[in-house]
Amino acid sequence: MNFFNIKTIVFLVVFVFGLALSIPSIFGTQGPKITLGLDLQGGLNILLGVDINGGIKSRYSSLATQINHDTQNSDILIDSLHSSDNNVSFELLDISKKDALDELLSKIKGLNISSIDGKYNITFTQEEIKFIQSSSIEQAIDTIRNRLDIFGLSEPSVTRQGEYNILVQLPGIKTTEDEQAALDLIIRPAQLKMMAVDEERNARVNSMSEDEASKYGDVILPFTHDPNLKILLKGIPIIDGSMLTDARVAFDSKTNQRVIAFTLNSVGARIFGDFSGNNIGKRMAIVLDNKVYSAPSIRERIGGGSGQISGSFSEQEAKNIAIALRSGSLTTPLELLEKRSIGPSLGADSIKSSLIALFGSFLVIILFMIFYYGFAGVIAVSALFVNILAIIACMSLFGATLTLPGMAGIVLTIGMAIDANIIINERIREALRSGDNVIKSIAFGYENATRAIFDANNTTLIVAVLLYVYGTGSIKGFAITMGIGIVVSIITAIIGTHGIYLWLGQKINNTKRLNFWFGIKKGVN
Amino acid sequence: MDFFRHDKIYDFVKYSKYGLIFSCILIVGIIILFFIKGVNFGIDFVGGSVIQLQYTNKDAPISQIREILNDSQYFKNSNITEFGAKNEIVIKFPFVPSDVKINISDEIKEVLKPTGEFDVRRVDIVGPKAGVELAKKGVISLALALIAMMIYVSFRYEWRFALAGIVALVHDVFISAAAIIVFDVDLSLDVIAALLTLIGYSINDTIIIFDRIREQMLLKKFNDINFVINDAVSKTLSRTLLTSLTVFFVIFILFVFGSEILKGFTLPMLVGSIVGTYSSMFIAPKLAILFGFNIQEYYEKEARKQRKKQEKEKMYQMYEKGRI
Repeated sequence: MNFFNIKTIVFLVVFVFGLALSIPSIFGTQGPKITLGLDLQGGLNILLGVDINGGIKSRYSSLATQINHDTQNSDILIDSLHSSDNNVSFELLDISKKDALDELLSKIKGLNISSIDGKYNITFTQEEIKFIQSSSIEQAIDTIRNRLDIFGLSEPSVTRQGEYNILVQLPGIKTTEDEQAALDLIIRPAQLKMMAVDEERNARVNSMSEDEASKYGDVILPFTHDPNLKILLKGIPIIDGSMLTDARVAFDSKTNQRVIAFTLNSVGARIFGDFSGNNIGKRMAIVLDNKVYSAPSIRERIGGGSGQISGSFSEQEAKNIAIALRSGSLTTPLELLEKRSIGPSLGADSIKSSLIALFGSFLVIILFMIFYYGFAGVIAVSALFVNILAIIACMSLFGATLTLPGMAGIVLTIGMAIDANIIINERIREALRSGDNVIKSIAFGYENATRAIFDANNTTLIVAVLLYVYGTGSIKGFAITMGIGIVVSIITAIIGTHGIYLWLGQKINNTKRLNFWFGIKKGVN
Repeated sequence: MDFFRHDKIYDFVKYSKYGLIFSCILIVGIIILFFIKGVNFGIDFVGGSVIQLQYTNKDAPISQIREILNDSQYFKNSNITEFGAKNEIVIKFPFVPSDVKINISDEIKEVLKPTGEFDVRRVDIVGPKAGVELAKKGVISLALALIAMMIYVSFRYEWRFALAGIVALVHDVFISAAAIIVFDVDLSLDVIAALLTLIGYSINDTIIIFDRIREQMLLKKFNDINFVINDAVSKTLSRTLLTSLTVFFVIFILFVFGSEILKGFTLPMLVGSIVGTYSSMFIAPKLAILFGFNIQEYYEKEARKQRKKQEKEKMYQMYEKGRI
């Protein structure tokens, strides 16, 4: 048979494919490359947990803001509007407006409304809560991505992990300053609120407890420049961050300080204007993430819908806050569950020692196979070589990430692939010993070995798939390399080497040097 | 080149008896060890912080570091160990909720300034919450992997063989996992990855032998299962040992030259590559017999299968002819 049988062609195609697509990764030329995991190149790895209950609480708070605004607009008088972890409640003062109120509420989707004697209690429906839960994690991922994009970090990766976790990987982070800045940017809820000061009771703020304040529907919040200084604010915000359209860093020419200037959308601008017009002389606090930045007195009606947050910001801080505000607030609070940072020098060392291990084991196997099997060993080693190239190629093509356990996975695949050829060679030898000719022996070897190799590889493949689906982080990386390695090794070790034997079979049959080809002497039983 | 006499049939089943006794003693020993010494859960599972430092131009002054850290308020309860080289150390301490906010990297640089110049190579902080989910997922994937393999092997071979294979597998994983207790390695995600790989490797080894057993049974119709097993294990002996040797070499090189971080992976694998080979030769086939595998029944079943297949073919042919 000549060289171009279907099996050698498959082998050649895999070889060319492997060679072409692994060159960019090996020599650093243009083209798809393997992404190195953070453990190999250094960087910051953050696992965030999404606080679902906090997310629902904040939805109730914005619902209250909306109801407050809508009822004021339609001249419906309500009192003791209050939002909590799991409901919004208020009292309708003018019973004759009940129909108008009910109609207004019915426009808001996903609510369970109950009212007894004008006392309203509003909760979200089960479906709405489920929707909030599923959408809040996606919203958080989008927001974080947005922020990192604007911030301009190289190749950040933000992915969902498990049900309520988010994994953020930042390869570009090298110093602790960078780390802190990135962390601030990601974690910051960036919930901007404008809240009215409860001027009647504010004088007593220092002696008031949180519970007492909440009885009046108020909250006590600290100032950012001095946490000991507190102020009493009305619990339902006038405006929340969802009405924000833009935020950027600016300079206040009067105070010569860095400020963050923001712009509101038309609805926000109208509410802002109405409120400032009706409350001249009173104070309004600008609150970011439950800290009061300033609480200026209102001197006149403020139209146009723009304002500014002042505080003694550093340049970086002001920039980060502006980015966070612009990219939207995180309505669901995030919790930092895990933080792993790997210095670039450790990554380089890991690569070095893994490569030594990889080449070392490769060398041992080459020598051993050739020593034990003769030319059959050379064929097995060539299949192994193509196998490794193809793994690199597949990984760069799919954009898979190579991690330390992934490297271990490759080393293990080498073992598995060589096992396939050992099984085949042993079977061929067996047939040769029983006196069959070379061509028959090769056919016998492949026929019987393939079945066992197939069963064995299939079970391992099942494990790899399960690991990929249920594993996390490094285990996933390991499962990918193992899975790719097994599939490729079936092609190279079973099909590829068979093709070479089909091509050379007649030639081997004609020579008497079995010891050279298979490492044994014929007929020695 | 040839290592073994390929025409000799060794009495593996006879030695399996001692193998089973040996394994039982080993497992009891491990259980005792487990209760006496216990497993060191790494921060992946229980939460906590790890800092890895490398000193430039000198060995790490461990006793000095220990003294300083004991006096500091933040790192008081930490555990300091050498990591791979004399100039590299790892500091571990339990999780404190405020950890994630404080910049540990800066903190340690400040505290350890008097001990000389060093480089902070790695800082891991894991909250206890993350670990619970990891453990849950680990158990789920392990259980599913076992069930899936059981189904596959039952389908391809016979349920008693499947069960024997799985029991041998659990045996291998158990003994390899014990290696981390003996050598004081923390139970981390890498160890889990190693154990999961081992599952793949160990079943691979067992299946190759099972395949030969099935082949011999269908080919030669021996009536003595012991003989079939001895024959199959002997015939595959050279392959089994060769493969085990290559795998062992690969992992051994990884163990010696790979970075210290990989120890959690390579150590259980190193033990597993030996135990896996032993169990697929001495434990798994013997267990299949103990579980009541009956060779006559197997032949009858196979014959029935064959008959059914032939009948089907016959029907099919008749059907085709009828149409023509």
